[in-house]
Amino acid sequence: MVTTTTTVPSAGPIMGSRSFLSKLRDGDEIARLVTFIFAGSVVLITLLLVFELWRESYLPRHKFGFGFFVTSVWDPIFDKFGALPFIYGTVVTAAVALLIAVPLGIGAAIFLAELAPARVSDTLQFFIDLLAAVPSVIYGLLGVFIVIPMMRQYIQPALKNSLGFLPFFQGPAYGVGFLTAGMVLAIMVIPYIISVSREVLISVPRDQREAALALQREAALALGATRWESTWKVVLPFARTGIMGSIFLALARALGETMAVTMVIGNTPTISASLFSPGYSIAAVIANEFTEATGDLYLQSLIELGLVLFLLTFLLNGMARLLIVVTSQRGSGMGQA
Amino acid sequence: MASVRSAVSVKITPPVSVPTSREAQAPLVMRMTVAKVNFYYGPKQVLFDINLNIATNKVTSLIGPSGCGKSTLLRTLNRMHETVRSSRLEGEILIDNQNILAQDVTALRRRVGMVFQRPNPFPKSIFDNVAYGLRINGVKGSIHDAVEKSLRHAALWEEVKDQLHKSAYELSGGQQQRLCIARALAVEPEVLLLDEPCSALDPISTAKIEELLVQLKDLCTIVIVTHNMQQAARVSDFTAFLLMGQLIEFSPTPQLFTTPTDARTEAYITGRFG
Amino acid sequence: MSRRLRWRKFVSHFMLTMTGLCALVATAVLFFILGYLVYHGGTSISWNFFTKLPAPVGETGGGMANAIVGSAKLLLLACLLGVPIGFFGAIYLAEFSGGTIAFVVRYAADLLNGVPSIVIGIFAYSLVVLPFKHFSTLAGGFALGLMMIPITLRSTEEFLRAVPRALREGAMALGASQWKTIASVVVPAAYRGILTAILLAFARVAGETAPLLFTAFGNRFWSPGWDQPTASLPVMIFTYAIAPYSLPVMIFTYAIAPYDDWHRQAWAAGLVLLGLILIINIIARVILSRGVAVPRT
Repeated sequence: MVTTTTTVPSAGPIMGSRSFLSKLRDGDEIARLVTFIFAGSVVLITLLLVFELWRESYLPRHKFGFGFFVTSVWDPIFDKFGALPFIYGTVVTAAVALLIAVPLGIGAAIFLAELAPARVSDTLQFFIDLLAAVPSVIYGLLGVFIVIPMMRQYIQPALKNSLGFLPFFQGPAYGVGFLTAGMVLAIMVIPYIISVSREVLISVPRDQREAALALQREAALALGATRWESTWKVVLPFARTGIMGSIFLALARALGETMAVTMVIGNTPTISASLFSPGYSIAAVIANEFTEATGDLYLQSLIELGLVLFLLTFLLNGMARLLIVVTSQRGSGMGQA
Repeated sequence: MASVRSAVSVKITPPVSVPTSREAQAPLVMRMTVAKVNFYYGPKQVLFDINLNIATNKVTSLIGPSGCGKSTLLRTLNRMHETVRSSRLEGEILIDNQNILAQDVTALRRRVGMVFQRPNPFPKSIFDNVAYGLRINGVKGSIHDAVEKSLRHAALWEEVKDQLHKSAYELSGGQQQRLCIARALAVEPEVLLLDEPCSALDPISTAKIEELLVQLKDLCTIVIVTHNMQQAARVSDFTAFLLMGQLIEFSPTPQLFTTPTDARTEAYITGRFG
Repeated sequence: MSRRLRWRKFVSHFMLTMTGLCALVATAVLFFILGYLVYHGGTSISWNFFTKLPAPVGETGGGMANAIVGSAKLLLLACLLGVPIGFFGAIYLAEFSGGTIAFVVRYAADLLNGVPSIVIGIFAYSLVVLPFKHFSTLAGGFALGLMMIPITLRSTEEFLRAVPRALREGAMALGASQWKTIASVVVPAAYRGILTAILLAFARVAGETAPLLFTAFGNRFWSPGWDQPTASLPVMIFTYAIAPYSLPVMIFTYAIAPYDDWHRQAWAAGLVLLGLILIINIIARVILSRGVAVPRT
């Protein structure tokens, strides 16, 4: 379809090398300026956000410095603030969430991308997309009224009986705690892992390497590999980077998750090896204590926690995007047919 | 198609007597002139010293192998080349002896219309497609009459007159292209540029459009780019042969195809390359 | 068939069945959620829920009328901020901008998109609450609007870019200036996708709670105007659900009824909220699927 003489760029900005005056008369220059202001405001807002976070957290930064991140005391009365319990809680709940969500999510993605017929795959993906749209507070609602009692009455005792020798499953079973929060988080991030992994898996064969992959698959099958073996050993490695990206994305989501976590984690700044223990996460403590914070140091410590959260998710999202882009570039090859 | 001609409102210079096959120097009015044009995409030069006259109310065709620059040249005539940022034009292009590069481009494009290689009707109704040019140029008066007139000129009226409000996308490819012609004609251009208008169409639609072009001559001046030599021979009065960005030969059509003066022209038209 | 081969085949069937199970579990969660909400919330939805204000703490009865109106006002503000910036910004990116500026704007939008909602709340707090020294609907709407911007911007840009160049050229060849081309051809051609983008962004922020906690805060009464704290559906769900932990235990030990009542109202509100969000999502996706040559977002 490429016309013979012009190297036409992809559909995008059609700009003119016309005179400025003629463009002005046509109103094009005004349109350009107006839309530029709107686009530029996005950049301004983002810069302002980072600036405000930084500015409004100077007190604890100056007072505690790096110690902020390794102190585990959170004592508003004596103006001692340490972020460790919250970092710990955030990390632990995210880890539990990923431990549950990653195998489930990748498994489901494999099913949707490799095994299910197209219509089934699309229908299920539609439902998964709806699941991703469920707001956090609804998960929290179900967490409080359904999951916590279930944990307290059935799951935690069962775990204690069977695996109680491990430090993870000791202590009283309140129903709230790291494990519950991790489980709820797992359900919340599964849709992201599934969606992204599924797309990555689907896109891998449809490119110039499809021949190679098909050959490899066929060769594998011809050599007597089972369906599973060819999926596990041939398709997955191709998509490995993209799937890593989906995990980072899910992790970023899990870290920033506020409402569901704060409703089921127990809101106690504790560091404990036991998953049954109530705990706290960065987002949860901000949500709970922001409006009650007396004094600037208190408030700004919470804001510094927000800054930490921002930086964490920023890094993770950046890495995730990089990984996903790398995979799709590798998959589609450089340039089109 | 007498009905088509009777519906024509003549707004152009009176037709010049058709020259006999040998005589190309009969008093022809030149609607457009291309003078010493060199054209660049970035550092790469694509057209070399083009000099060409487009005769009023005639069909001029640009032929040549792929990549020779014929489409590029066509697009300079209504300054569509400016949509590509790296393009650069040297030289002059005149319409009625005024340099088009010095004029307001949107006014120019109303005088010099274009039909593209693939039909590109807007996602609007048939009526709104044809009316589009009229509306954005602020034409007052009866739009409905103007739309009917254009559709008749494009030999499409009878086929769509009862479905003017249906989406243009429901038409066949050939009909869509005729719709695009009608859309271009609606603003009553003096020159109509067509860039390989039939290359995406089936033979029957192609024949219809070729028939149309010969009649549209009376309405406006036509410049057509085609990779189909037989088409050029069928419809055009003058033919320009381009090769690698250069104008090799420009003559009345019968002359170019029967007694070309340049060896390369002859090689092309006899199919030795292309 | 050797034993080893039989084992491998068994493993293959087993693993593939497991993946099917994974997909089933993931999908089933959605229906579980809906099921619980419909069961618990369906019985609690009443005319009172929609028309009455919350009862004083410790009493039963009452509804969430002010939260419904509050959410509506907040979302209106959010749209007023988010949609124009997203829409016109996308037009700039798709139609006018050069490479570098476009890259910077997109990067900023993606960054904004990844900011945890609670941090957006902090930003809105410091920008709108602190200077005026009180919580307000304005602050809440601002926070939600910020969250709408990246979604509308990136999606609209994609749909504008998907409009074929040929259409633009057709309009320009007829003498349309660039902005006329955009307004009369490009945007109408992309309207389905743009509408979908706005709907999805709307549905996303409709359920957000965290950014409202210290911007719009909450209110057990009507909140006229835009500069008062206001109740909203998501925050009410949160408040009522965690009531046992947040309010003085005394109230609830001496009177279980209010606790149960809040329980029920939380379910009802959850059903209403999720129902609204899911319906908008479904509508948006249906609109999209009817469109012509649109990219997946």
